[in-house]
Formats: sequence, C-alpha cells, structure tokens
Amino acid sequence: MTIFLPCLGVCKSLLQVLSRSTFSLLNQRSGLTSRLEVIMMLDFSGLESSAPLYGGSNELLSDGFSAAPSFDLPVTSDFDDFQKNSIQMVKPAKGTTTLAFIFKEGVMVAADSRASMGGYISSQSVKKIIEINPYMLGTMAGGAADCQFWHRNLGIKCRLHELANKRRISVTGASKLLANILYSYRGMGLSVGTMIAGWDEKGPGLYYVDSEGGRLKGTKFSVGSGSPYAYGVLDSGYKYDMTIDEAAELARRAIYHATFRDGASGGVASVYHVGPTGWTKLSVDDVGELHYSYYPVEPTIVEQEMTEAVVA
Amino acid sequence: MECVFGMVGKGFALVVADTSAVNSILVHKSNEDKIMVLDSHKLMGASGEAGDRAQFTEYVQKNVALYQYRNGIPLTTKAAANFMRGELATALRKNPYMVNIVLAGFDRDTGPSLYFIDYIATLHKVDKAAFGYGSYFALSMMDRHYHQDMTVDEAIRLAEQCIEEIRSRLVVAPQNFVIKIVDEDGAREHSWRRTTRD
Repeated sequence: MTIFLPCLGVCKSLLQVLSRSTFSLLNQRSGLTSRLEVIMMLDFSGLESSAPLYGGSNELLSDGFSAAPSFDLPVTSDFDDFQKNSIQMVKPAKGTTTLAFIFKEGVMVAADSRASMGGYISSQSVKKIIEINPYMLGTMAGGAADCQFWHRNLGIKCRLHELANKRRISVTGASKLLANILYSYRGMGLSVGTMIAGWDEKGPGLYYVDSEGGRLKGTKFSVGSGSPYAYGVLDSGYKYDMTIDEAAELARRAIYHATFRDGASGGVASVYHVGPTGWTKLSVDDVGELHYSYYPVEPTIVEQEMTEAVVA
Repeated sequence: MECVFGMVGKGFALVVADTSAVNSILVHKSNEDKIMVLDSHKLMGASGEAGDRAQFTEYVQKNVALYQYRNGIPLTTKAAANFMRGELATALRKNPYMVNIVLAGFDRDTGPSLYFIDYIATLHKVDKAAFGYGSYFALSMMDRHYHQDMTVDEAIRLAEQCIEEIRSRLVVAPQNFVIKIVDEDGAREHSWRRTTRD
C-alpha cells in the first residue's frame, strides 16, 4: 500500500502532520508497521531554511527569567550600518551578460563566460547557462555559488513535482518556486539575477527572477552589467518571426557587443535554443574571434609616407 | 519613479498606475500590470519594491478569497483595507513590506470608496490619493480640478491631465499607464495610455 505524500511546495509542518496522521491510521493494522517505520524516517532537513527567520533564538526567552534576548555585538565603530556594509562587501556586482528572448520557434538563451572579482578576471570559462532539466534552462548572473546551488535545488523541486503530480511542472510554476525561495532570503545577501526559460504545455515561457524577490514574465530580458549594451542590439534586431539561425545570430551578436563594451563580460558566447522537444546547445564562440569575423582587419590607408631625407 | 494614483467619482472609483518594471537604469518591461483585481468589486494599485509588491498583493488577494469561501459573503472594502493595514503593521517591526497601496472598491450599501495605505501601515479613507514621484504632480492637479460626484468622462480627463503632467515634468517618467475602474458592475480594466509598445 503506497502512501501518497504531497511534495515540496507544502510546508514542513503540514508534511509532518500528514505523516503522523497516516501513521496513526495505519497503526491499527498490524504488519504494516515495518514499512511505516521506513516512511517515518523521512529527512526533512532539505526543507528547513538554513537562515534564521527573524534573528534571535527562542532558547533565550524560555529560560525562566524574562531576560531580553542578547548576543555579542560586533566590535565596530558604526554598528547601525555594520550589517548593511557586510552584506554589500559580500555582494558581488553582477558582472556578466546574459540574455533570453521568445520568438516564433521557442526561446533563445545566450550568455558570456567571464567571472571577475573587481578588476581581476578569475575565469574565462564559466558555464552561465544552467541546465535545470531537459526542457528548462536557467541563466546565472550575480553570485555563482548562489545561482548554481539554487538552480540545482530548483531542479530537484521540479523533479519531485513531476513524480508527485505525474506531469511536468510549468515554467510559471518553476519560476514561482524559485521566486518564493529567494524572497524568503531577502535582505540576507543572496545575489541572484536569473532567467528561467522553458517550453511547457502553454508553449515557450520566459521569466526573470532576482534575489530581491522580483519575478517578471516577459518576452525579452537581459541581465547583468553588460545588459544595457545587449538590450540595444537585441531591441533593434528583434522580430518575432525569425528562423532559429537568425535568432541565434541575433543573440550571439548582442552578447558580442556587450562583451566588447563591458569589461566584466567576455570569454565565449554560448547560445542555447529551447524548443518543443527541449533545449539544444547551438554554439560556443570565443568573442575575440567573433570580433574579427564581424570586423575583419583591413590594411590602413596611409596618406603620406615619411621618406628618408636625401643626404646631399 | 513608480506612480499610482486614484480618485472617487459618482458611483465609481478609478485607479491609475504606471506599468514599468525598472532595475536601476534599466527598464525590464513596460507592460507590467500593477493594479490587481482583488475580487469582483475591488481594485488594488500597488507600488514599491518588486518582490514585496507581488508577494504582498497576492497574499492579500488569496486571503480575501479565503474569507469569501469560508463565510459565503465577500469582504467590504473597509474590511479589506483594515486587513491589509493590519498585516503591514504586524510585519512592520520585524520584516516590513515596502509597498504603498491605493485600494478602490464598490460596496452595494456604501457606494464607491478609496483607501490610502502607506508602507508604514497608515490608513486613510480619501477621495483622491497618489504615491510615488508622480504624486508631486498628480496631487496638486487633483486638488485643483477634482470635485465631488465627477462623471466617468470627467475623471478620465483629469487622470489624463495628471498623466500628461507626469510625462512632461518628471525627469524619468514612466512610458505607459493603465487605468482601471470599479463601479457597481464590477472591477475591470478601462484603458491604457501608451507611448511605447512592448
């Protein structure tokens, strides 16, 4: 006898209540207890938020004395701004260019591959397009660890949704899951600016989700420090009726122009396409080579050549 | 740069909001609907931080619907406004929602009403209200030209005047606006005022 447990999206306490109630119901029939014990060993640690909710633990309040909760204050000259400054210090500027747009044949997703720490380029080969599942892609802008971890976590939640509901999760649902998680960590220093692109029953879907808790549905987005440059090229060249090749070339060109002007973007421009059968990686081009293919070197016209002075 | 304003007329209430979704200097989209239809006869125009706006307005909408399912009758506009204010006030000293709301509603017995709800849980029942940088222009326009019992056409004309003033005087004016109206026939979208197509 299988027990259907609603999966993630339901809060931890509700799950515990349900599992406790099913336990008591089935306890009446002997012989099933051994299987129930296995089920009761469910691990809820994945559901627990690792960050404290409103600061301060309850143990301090319940020790009998009505002492006000207290903690060691950090040694700093400016306490009020301390937390804000420490979050700002950790918060990396979103030095990247990622873009995605919906067109007739699906969703085109493209990104650069440079990782920078201030003025130092730490890597030219970062994978900024994250494969959540075979029909959904996420882009990375902001903190690499934050994006990778939370996209992986989203992939897990999407898979659990599929198993629980016997159908794929929609792009709307997946983006809402991620947005709710990021909203709950709001103000704690996460830096995530991501786009969730996918193809579900309603066709192509594109959502922008960020660590401030914002979530926008749209047809064209670009995120990162190079995004204004990419928007310029994207907006002027965009048509809904494009072939896959045309759209890929538009995406590649937009990334190239952003990497040309923005110091924090560079490396290779990768382009992915999400269609009705899932995503495919279309191309990976070094932006330096793209530059010379778009603007080949021409011999400079010299107006006047300096000649040797004739020595009498 | 977000502008939300509203006014009460004869048998209706109007809410106007800009439709830009902005991130520092970038406009991500210019057709973001910020006036939520709370239930059949209530409109809630919200402005503020992106995540807070969506989360808080959806939370209020679901709770208003829940009340109706549980009790069989919908909340009055006054009750919905006080519920919202209560939620904002409770969260204020822990985890404040940075959202400003203009709530417009129509009740069968009391007619149209407009409520001004601040991010620090101020609540006022008003005839005209405005939030955002646009309020600097819209409030004085409305003070000058508003009068009791305006018709729909007069109110729309006043709203257009406010939008024109915001467009011409605000340094980073939003491109498009949406106007929604609520009267005894219900809450619905009235029209858009666009300068750009998305």
